[in-house]
Amino acid sequence: MRSSDGSLIEVHLTVNGDAVRRAVPPERTLAELLREDLLLTGCKQGCDQGDCGACTVLVDGRAQLACLTLVVAIDGATIETVEGLQQRGRLHPLQAAFVAHGAAQCGFCTPGMLLSAVALLRASPRASRDEIRAGLAGNLCRCTGYVKIIDAVEAVARGDDEEPAP
Amino acid sequence: MTIGDRTPNPRAYDAVTGRTRFADDLTFPGMLHARLVRSPHAHARVVAIDAAAALALPGVHAVITAADLPTPFGVIPWTQDEHALAAKARFVGDPVACVAAVDEQTAIRAAALVDVTWEVLPHVLEPAAALAPEAPRVNELAKHGNVTKSVQLAFGDLDAALAGSDAVVAASYDFAGSTHAALEPHCAIGQWDPAGGLTVVSTTQVPHYLHRELARVLELAEDRVRVIQPPLGGGFGGKSEPFGHELCVGKLAMMTGRPVKLRLTREEVFYTHRGRHPMHLDVRLGATRDGRLTGCDLRVLIDGGAYASFGLVTTYYAGQLVTAPLRLSAFRLDTTRAYTNKPPCGPKRGHGSVQPRFAFEVTVDRLAEALDLDPIELRRRNCLEAGERTINEFLVRSTGFRDCLDRVERASDWKRKHRQLPFGRGVGVAGSFYISGTNYPIYPNEMPQSAVQLKVDRSGKVTVFSGACEMGQGVEAMLTAIVCEELGVAPGAVRVVTGDTDLTPVDLGGYSSRTTMMAGNACLRAARDLAARVAEVAGADWRTRPPVEAFRVAEARLGALGAVGSYDTPKDVHGAYRGGTIGASPAYSFTAHVAEVTVDVETGQVRVDRLWVAHDCGRALRPQIVEGQIEGSAYMGLGEALFEEQAFHPSGLHRGPSLLDYGLPTTLDTPDIVAMIVEGGDPEGPYGAKEAGEGPLHPSIPAIANAIHDAVGIRLDALPFSPARVLAALTPRPTGRS
Repeated sequence: MRSSDGSLIEVHLTVNGDAVRRAVPPERTLAELLREDLLLTGCKQGCDQGDCGACTVLVDGRAQLACLTLVVAIDGATIETVEGLQQRGRLHPLQAAFVAHGAAQCGFCTPGMLLSAVALLRASPRASRDEIRAGLAGNLCRCTGYVKIIDAVEAVARGDDEEPAP
Repeated sequence: MTIGDRTPNPRAYDAVTGRTRFADDLTFPGMLHARLVRSPHAHARVVAIDAAAALALPGVHAVITAADLPTPFGVIPWTQDEHALAAKARFVGDPVACVAAVDEQTAIRAAALVDVTWEVLPHVLEPAAALAPEAPRVNELAKHGNVTKSVQLAFGDLDAALAGSDAVVAASYDFAGSTHAALEPHCAIGQWDPAGGLTVVSTTQVPHYLHRELARVLELAEDRVRVIQPPLGGGFGGKSEPFGHELCVGKLAMMTGRPVKLRLTREEVFYTHRGRHPMHLDVRLGATRDGRLTGCDLRVLIDGGAYASFGLVTTYYAGQLVTAPLRLSAFRLDTTRAYTNKPPCGPKRGHGSVQPRFAFEVTVDRLAEALDLDPIELRRRNCLEAGERTINEFLVRSTGFRDCLDRVERASDWKRKHRQLPFGRGVGVAGSFYISGTNYPIYPNEMPQSAVQLKVDRSGKVTVFSGACEMGQGVEAMLTAIVCEELGVAPGAVRVVTGDTDLTPVDLGGYSSRTTMMAGNACLRAARDLAARVAEVAGADWRTRPPVEAFRVAEARLGALGAVGSYDTPKDVHGAYRGGTIGASPAYSFTAHVAEVTVDVETGQVRVDRLWVAHDCGRALRPQIVEGQIEGSAYMGLGEALFEEQAFHPSGLHRGPSLLDYGLPTTLDTPDIVAMIVEGGDPEGPYGAKEAGEGPLHPSIPAIANAIHDAVGIRLDALPFSPARVLAALTPRPTGRS
């Protein structure tokens, strides 16, 4: 993909609703672009090799690992990160459920976990507990044993009333 | 918010919005990036380092080697056997040079250009071989051969106790090493200000110990060093001692005058390690016919890796912490930690005692089988009581272990399952205890272990300054709850400032499950002191009005409102023998697990279907957080039981230093965990609280091992319980139920 003269390649993205235009080297990953260029540090790098899921973001609605995604390969894409989940200062129902259920401990896996859960519930709004387990299998968490994370996602899938978070 | 309610963790809002600023999320103008040059050999002397090519690369600012940081360091003052950069590499991955450059890519390229001339030395990877007279000398700190530490202690008359037993079970176990794998890799940023001194931002669980070592190694006055600990993306013990990379960024910042960041790659985290020690354990345990335990003989050979780390303590814990919850009439321990040419082991959640706990609890299960007793009933007959001392003289002021056993027995429907489920399915039980902090600090001193400062603003806001380490376990929530309880303010009116040695009073760190006990008590004392002074001027009924009114009255009458509180540990609750202070704690937590498993006899795969965990934490200040600690602990134990191993090639190279190869449990491997809180209250704990962060891990592994035995009749005495081990144990088919 490197242009023949080694120059940068211009890409256009929509990130959390904002148009972003950047000239990047061909090896620039989406995780680097988000964290270093756009300061969207909610995208976490736990391994940089696609194992942990902490850098999961939505690319055109699909959960994708930002550390393995080359920016030049997704020219024109729409990106959603954890920073874009809140609407008008209100938490997304999954964010509110994570707070209410104690699903976040250290918080390092939380953004990626949330985005995987968003993608899952968009595809399968009434996902069962087993479907939730399968849908989150690409996101490691070392703190929680997953119990309260799955509880939180299940509560949203079941449409339980969550305490609105301030 | 009051003590014991389910108000959400105040930190969760930052977590779910991505606003938590972890160390690697911070950047500073002009910041350089550093990279370590690591040894490709398990044991090799550095003959020469030629950094000319690296320094010639545009963008490279500095290269440092052992000569730049000659002072040895280490978390325990008596075993300072590490250098920030080694002159002799003692494991594959031991850092020998460090490069600082304008960006990470340049630093990576420059590190590859550092030319090291090695004299390769013979290496030794196994502890038994390391203790042989002809073994290569791994670590020069060892007084004899490769022994870090060796402990022999005896309590009561073991030989008589075993001779008088109706049954004695002897068994040997091999506990594989495992690592923490906190999702956040270690990261440190050094900043030098000629006027103010050195600031190091780091992913450390022990800002205070890092502060001391930075000052000592970099030859700075302690008041010229500031350590900032941002919220950690998990710790589990893997960030609980000073590291060479933290000293390197300090040195490089001083040399270059620029901020310097060093972030470990995931592969480097596997080599940095300091995780669970591999241990070989030999246990003999006796009992009378009616199920009274008699004597226990425990011999442990500990694989320490290349450096001491907390190894002196590990060597004691490996023996000393099996003496409760069950009463023993005689006990003998013989534990030895050997240096080997592998990444150094250290404290991982349940430091030093998870391994002997596995061996002990499986041996108890064998004994129950030999005596034809229910293993829960056998444990019930031997419970230590509150106020009793263990055979090695630790004072147990409170114990809820009996309740823990009752709870898991009922919840799991144990009586209808044990020895009654169809072949291939089984249940197992195990119990444990753990310390709530240690009574003696790492370095001898008579100052408090933790202090808290409160500042009350006339707006009604209360700010809590505490040096305690927030790493997701809920320090901020715990301190907030105490302040709300004592001062009647709302959670939103409390701001907690932690992890900054310039701003907060000292706390010794986030290790050994000490924070609720120590920072909690310090905070409680400060809050009560403040409340008493407010009451003096605002009237005893001040809590019936909005607290801000009373605060204003108090400020008008007394001047600026603040308070300090500190906590130091009791010093009279251990034996007078050498080593009797190690393992002595203000209070002990207790846990019982029942695991239910399915064993696939065709594939050898073990599936844990459910874990029931009852944990006596004295009093749950934040129950939801306590449950989270119980669930997370049980999960972490499950991973060690079934999947995880720090395994090495004969060359000393790690067999799979990635999160995928290492094999952490995912959502699909982790069952629902039923967390049950047992509250009896402890006289020393704040509101009766004891630890909850490490104890609940201990019984996971033996409960699963015992359940596998119940399911298919095999004893797996080596970890992890992989399909290959299960299949090997099943052939030839044992005489089990069918």
